[in-house]
Amino acid sequence: MEYEPVIGLEVHAQLLTDAKIFCGCSTKFGAPPNSHTCPVCLGMPGVLPVLNKKVVEFMMKMALATNCTINGECNFARKNYFYPDLPKGYQISQYASPPAEHGWIEVEINGAKKRIGITRIHMEEDAGKLLHDEHNPVSHVDLNRTGVPLIEIVSEPDIRGAEEAAAYLRRLHEILVYLEICDGNMEEGSFRCDANVSLRPRGTETFGTRTELKNMNSFRNVQRALEYEIKRQTYVLDAGDAVVQETRLWDDTSGVTHSMRSKEEAHDYRYFPDPDLVPIVIDDAWIAAVLDTLPELPLEKRERFVREYQIPAYDAGVLTSTPASASFYEETVASFPTINPMVAKAASNWITGDLMKMLNEDKKDFTASPIRPPAVAELIRHIDAGIISGKMAKEVIEEMYRTGAAPGAIIKEKGLVQITDEDALTKTIAEVIEKNPTQLAQYRAGKEKVFGFFVGQVMKATQGKANPQVINDLLKKMLAEAE
Amino acid sequence: MTELYELTIHELQDKLRAGETTSAEITASVFKRIDAVEKEVHAYITLMRESAIEEAARADEAILRGEMKALTGIPIALKDIFCTRGVRTTCGSRILHNFIPPYDGTVVEKLRAAGAVFTGKTNMDEFAMGSSTETSFFGVTRNPWDLTRIPGGSSGGSAAAVAADECIASFGSDTGGSIRQPAALCGVVGLKPTYGRVSRYGLIAFASSLDQIGPFTKDVEDCAILMNVVAGYDSRESTSVPENVPDYRSFLGRGIEGWRVGIPKEYFIDGIDPEVEAAIREAISVIERAGGSCSEVSLPHTDYCVAVYYVVAPAEASSNLARYDGVKYGYRSGDNRDLLDMYKKTRSAGFGEEVKRRIMIGTYALSSGYYDAYYRKASQVRALIKRDFEQAFADCDCILTPTSPTPAFKVGEKTNDPMQMYLSDIFTISANLAGIPGMSVPCGYTKSGLPIGVQFLAGHFQEGRLIQIASAYERQAKIEKRRPGL
Repeated sequence: MEYEPVIGLEVHAQLLTDAKIFCGCSTKFGAPPNSHTCPVCLGMPGVLPVLNKKVVEFMMKMALATNCTINGECNFARKNYFYPDLPKGYQISQYASPPAEHGWIEVEINGAKKRIGITRIHMEEDAGKLLHDEHNPVSHVDLNRTGVPLIEIVSEPDIRGAEEAAAYLRRLHEILVYLEICDGNMEEGSFRCDANVSLRPRGTETFGTRTELKNMNSFRNVQRALEYEIKRQTYVLDAGDAVVQETRLWDDTSGVTHSMRSKEEAHDYRYFPDPDLVPIVIDDAWIAAVLDTLPELPLEKRERFVREYQIPAYDAGVLTSTPASASFYEETVASFPTINPMVAKAASNWITGDLMKMLNEDKKDFTASPIRPPAVAELIRHIDAGIISGKMAKEVIEEMYRTGAAPGAIIKEKGLVQITDEDALTKTIAEVIEKNPTQLAQYRAGKEKVFGFFVGQVMKATQGKANPQVINDLLKKMLAEAE
Repeated sequence: MTELYELTIHELQDKLRAGETTSAEITASVFKRIDAVEKEVHAYITLMRESAIEEAARADEAILRGEMKALTGIPIALKDIFCTRGVRTTCGSRILHNFIPPYDGTVVEKLRAAGAVFTGKTNMDEFAMGSSTETSFFGVTRNPWDLTRIPGGSSGGSAAAVAADECIASFGSDTGGSIRQPAALCGVVGLKPTYGRVSRYGLIAFASSLDQIGPFTKDVEDCAILMNVVAGYDSRESTSVPENVPDYRSFLGRGIEGWRVGIPKEYFIDGIDPEVEAAIREAISVIERAGGSCSEVSLPHTDYCVAVYYVVAPAEASSNLARYDGVKYGYRSGDNRDLLDMYKKTRSAGFGEEVKRRIMIGTYALSSGYYDAYYRKASQVRALIKRDFEQAFADCDCILTPTSPTPAFKVGEKTNDPMQMYLSDIFTISANLAGIPGMSVPCGYTKSGLPIGVQFLAGHFQEGRLIQIASAYERQAKIEKRRPGL
């Protein structure tokens, strides 16, 4: 039978506030174990939580950016369960009254736009980390992460495939990074995703039994895990069996999901309103103030780039994938006295091509680029002026990236100036023709492919410095004239 | 000759100011008394003799410099539920038998800053769950008036310590009557302030929406003195209220002419001890003689108070006590097979019977499928109880009730009957559910010489009014000053 996957995603995003959600400890990643702790986040007897207002503001930013309704009042609830990384024996989260609901974002699937609903966004505290000793049967607890603020973003079951899920996640990720409320680092766990997936016969409405997938720490793994799970459930259903409602763990190395716990083993979290915290009241004035601080969002920026710079939508998409790459591009283009589509496209090509590749290899983002936007513009001006060829420019940009030097200086130092002098080139071409009578005969017999051979020989003779356009023109003329 | 330990805070302050005595002498006197009677009363879990002597010396230096603060040099005991930096804080439980907090709670900080001398940490029902101080892992505290009887609870150690003159004043916590009931049973003054009035930061939580800190004192004036020190907003507590704190001493000595005092008809029930009822009827006439006019009021949801309390308090407790898991501090069982085994063994052996009973009740009340029937329903009825008081206070300035239905009962008398034990708090629980302040003041003795207490209740943040009526009552009633025959 043909099945339709029904997927809903739960994303946990760590917020970039300086302090934790209920105490003043730092949220910085990578400090020595338990150095960012105090009696409050250690869950000592007698301590009490006090809400960091910044967390509410960051949550509101995400809510507004994803078209959610912000509720005027919400409260915190305790989610009760035992685990050594949870010092209080409960996590302070939100349950019955979420602060934001009924939102949506738009994703593009094979060129078609689709809205994915957001059920709710709520705030909660992160748990600590267990460090297992490889050599001894002991585990250590690091509570630095305990109390780091999170928002959980729950999607509607609107997603219909693994690819769509990945597209949704990328969009969500992009918005969070744009809002500067989450660093989006999936490896460090700043952006985590769980997936609920079920199948139903295509054309039917009722949801099938779902499984929950955990432990996927990259976009690619989310997609792979979903693809695997869709196949697995298809196999189960086709065999006439029922899918078991359970939580399954994705295993990256073996590429399969394993059962972690069944529905029967699921926790009863015994949620109830946290009596240590008072309801959060969010009025219109507060919402308006937060709205004022919202930056231009990726989708708006993308549309503006296409409109303003007349670059292809694909280029605009790549350029606006992070706020840093987008502003790098805009600064580059602004370095030209007048902006025209030629310049805009050239800038896009260099930035999304060579520069982005080098930055990715070094795991750097555009803010850390050794090449600054005016230098990219200068490079393009050298090409436009015919001083260097595009091929030479590739060498130049690599050198710029390595040394941080200006393109003009590199061109001069390396003697990269393009030979456009027709007299000099005529002489070289004549020599090349003379040395290769066989190829000349082939060319004249109509084998036009040999033209490329001559171009290559001329380039070789000039160490690649010849202006390709000039070679083309001269070579054509001289081959026709040669005896 | 009157011993220094017999005096009140204000009497000692007069002497300190006049240079007639020193904090060192007062502290030595209190510890002499402790040495004499503590073996019988067992009011303390931990004594802080050495640090107290040092604090007293520092207090005397401050007095010599002319820097006498609100409590400089006064020996005060703390219920062992207050986190004290560097001093073991057990909450009466095996599970915290070795726990040494790395911080001082807000009230402890304020008392230190005011110059108090801490005598020690007093005994209590384990995690404040009990009305008799019999559930403590550290043994039973005895009522100084009759050593075969309980001092009340859960702050029984703090009440007994004041009654037995083992400190000048003390602090306790009150979740359902844990200050007022032992105050009544030990013949001292006890005040539970409005929820949000005194910071809970550093108070080991039993039921977070009900817990409140308050003082035990020998008279009403001392109560006002201590409230001046500990009341006020605390940014470390979200449920703390930024309400102005009046000078509570300014309410002392004022009259209550023309006050309307409500007597809730639902509080005169079957099962109330006749001697207690008689003493309360007498207290009513004392209030009338002092110029108040007493009339009946109704608190129609009174019958539900105990039931609501025994859903809400255990539910919150089941969550609050989850942190005692053997991982980070306190007791951890040995010989554990795995994590789950450690949790089970630690909590089975670390908690006493009553605590485990309440964790189970609370866990059940919050469980999926039962939440609506228990916790949600209880929260709704709680709102009605709160409204009862709002309506009653529209017609009266203050409410007068018995504090406890009976005087102190025998040790062991109710330990096997939790329902009987729970009914000890029948008159005090409602104030916690409504969040209003309540105060117990001695109002006489039974024929056999056991103290009886009268309770005054007022609206939110009306502690001043309670001090005013209690002080007027104290003056008018002229209850014979007796000391337990220890």
